[in-house]
Amino acid sequence: MTAATDTAPIAATMSPRQYRTIKALDIGGLIATIVTVLGGICWAFPLYWGVITTLKPEEDVVKPGFQPWPEHFTLDAYTHVIFGTRIGQWYVNSLVTAISVTIIVVIISALAGYSISQLKFPGRRLLWWMILASFMIPVPALIVNHFVLMSQFHLINTWLGVILPQLVYGPVTVIIYKQFFDSVPKEFREAAKIDGANEFQLFFRLYLPMNWGITTALAIITFIGAWNQFLWPFLVATEEPMFNVTVGITQVTDAFGVKYARDLGSAMLAGLPVAIVYLIFQRRVTQAIMLTAGIKG
Amino acid sequence: MTTITETTSQQPLVERRPRREDRSEWWAALVFTLPFVIIYAVLFIYPTLQMIWLSLQNAPLIGPGTFNGISNYVRLFHDRLFSVAFWNTAYFVLLSVIPSTLLGLFIALGVNRLKGFTQSIVLACFFLPYILPVSVVYRIWLFMLDQQFGVLQPIIAIFAGTHMNVFRTLSLFMPAVAFVTVWWLTGFNVLLFIAGLRNISPDIYESAALDGASRWQQFTRITWPLIWPVTVLVLTIQLILQFKIFDQVYLFGDGGRSDATMGMVQLIYRNAFQKNMGGYAASAAVVLFAIIVVFSVLQYQLLKVRGEK
Repeated sequence: MTAATDTAPIAATMSPRQYRTIKALDIGGLIATIVTVLGGICWAFPLYWGVITTLKPEEDVVKPGFQPWPEHFTLDAYTHVIFGTRIGQWYVNSLVTAISVTIIVVIISALAGYSISQLKFPGRRLLWWMILASFMIPVPALIVNHFVLMSQFHLINTWLGVILPQLVYGPVTVIIYKQFFDSVPKEFREAAKIDGANEFQLFFRLYLPMNWGITTALAIITFIGAWNQFLWPFLVATEEPMFNVTVGITQVTDAFGVKYARDLGSAMLAGLPVAIVYLIFQRRVTQAIMLTAGIKG
Repeated sequence: MTTITETTSQQPLVERRPRREDRSEWWAALVFTLPFVIIYAVLFIYPTLQMIWLSLQNAPLIGPGTFNGISNYVRLFHDRLFSVAFWNTAYFVLLSVIPSTLLGLFIALGVNRLKGFTQSIVLACFFLPYILPVSVVYRIWLFMLDQQFGVLQPIIAIFAGTHMNVFRTLSLFMPAVAFVTVWWLTGFNVLLFIAGLRNISPDIYESAALDGASRWQQFTRITWPLIWPVTVLVLTIQLILQFKIFDQVYLFGDGGRSDATMGMVQLIYRNAFQKNMGGYAASAAVVLFAIIVVFSVLQYQLLKVRGEK
């Protein structure tokens, strides 16, 4: 509507040829819009199909023909997965390790970011340089030595063994915190110092509260990343009770042939926490992703 | 507010203090950075150095080894499996990085045209797969492409003439895994491209449209040159990410049972955890490490060149 009213006065001052171009553009634009919307629907279809399949009985899943809506609704797949497998235990493992990784990464990165941004101390430049250089280190290349290290600490098949090597994803968080602490006006700091605040109070009462938004964003993205980890939890947890949910659902399958509704049901449960977190905190997730990619959001 | 006015009135006092303040800052900095430095040293620097040292030894995964110089590397470069792993990885990178970058750009162009609620819904459609764990993506696509019950098999039948088990057909394996990966990760690229497109001032398009520039001209003369830095960023991020491919290839390759679908990380995994050759696995890890370092330096240089302009 607005587009039509906007172009009307402009069209009056235009030559007929230019006006025709604008009209053609709008048709092109309409096609682009339709293609994009259809593309979005196709893109999301596998997710829809996955969810809808879990609500069908197994016999219907393997029935020939396209059944876009379940004829018979059932939650059998979910009751089987929840009561018939160890998914509850895997869930606890995933929650404990992902939340621990999140808390540790956010706290130590905020502290390190604050020091590099606000404090003058010997080795500051070296530390900053090393944090930047750490981007070059491919974490999957370290699996062998992380495993050796964790076995020396006797941490194979423990939560701590899952958590520790994931802390190497910290440096990017430090960089983002540094950028945000850099932009806190110096006047606040000086004023608080005159009032007798020490560095701890400055950090906890001033810098951290002023950047709650970025802390939320970083915590969410760290949690999603830790929950989604596959390679390391897969290596360090060799016993079924210690699996993370992302590993467990791929490693333990039905002995009696493929049961798609159940397999997809366990997958939906595994993806549920991150999907919920994303849907609630969409804007924060987007912001954090852009920041970690190096684009100011 | 009152504190700020006090600052100005007590100016000389502030200036006398710096030396003592510096020392107290040292202590605070030590306490604040210590946890990070310890973690960084123990879990990043130490394993990296240890990896290089281990690669020069004939050693099992756990336990002592004997120094044997560069013979692990000599063996590695003559290992047929290493060249298979390298070329598979390169092939996968080619199949996934370029399509996901181009698609990301086109989807971003399309989504950027939409407004308000429609835009967030459509963007969410493209983006939602990206935040899911690889296992969920694996489960969904195993079903989507199942030879008997896969909902996409009729489409495959149009091209191939028959239903196909795409993950058990060697020539289709990498393209299929790359296809799934593109579906999974393109949302990330879309997000970065949209951020890039929003940075282009609408005034430029308006004046171009008034000058009678066609949509194609607007794209080639305005959008493409201005979005180029984001394209470089996306390309190199994806290149570095996809070179470290393991999860999908391992899962779809049925636990990596076939050597023919081996990738670089999987080779490290195989040598270390299945064949118990820690030293030999470490040498492959060092090679992967070196490749990623080269790509990272390349990325940094490319972005710096654009940044200075």
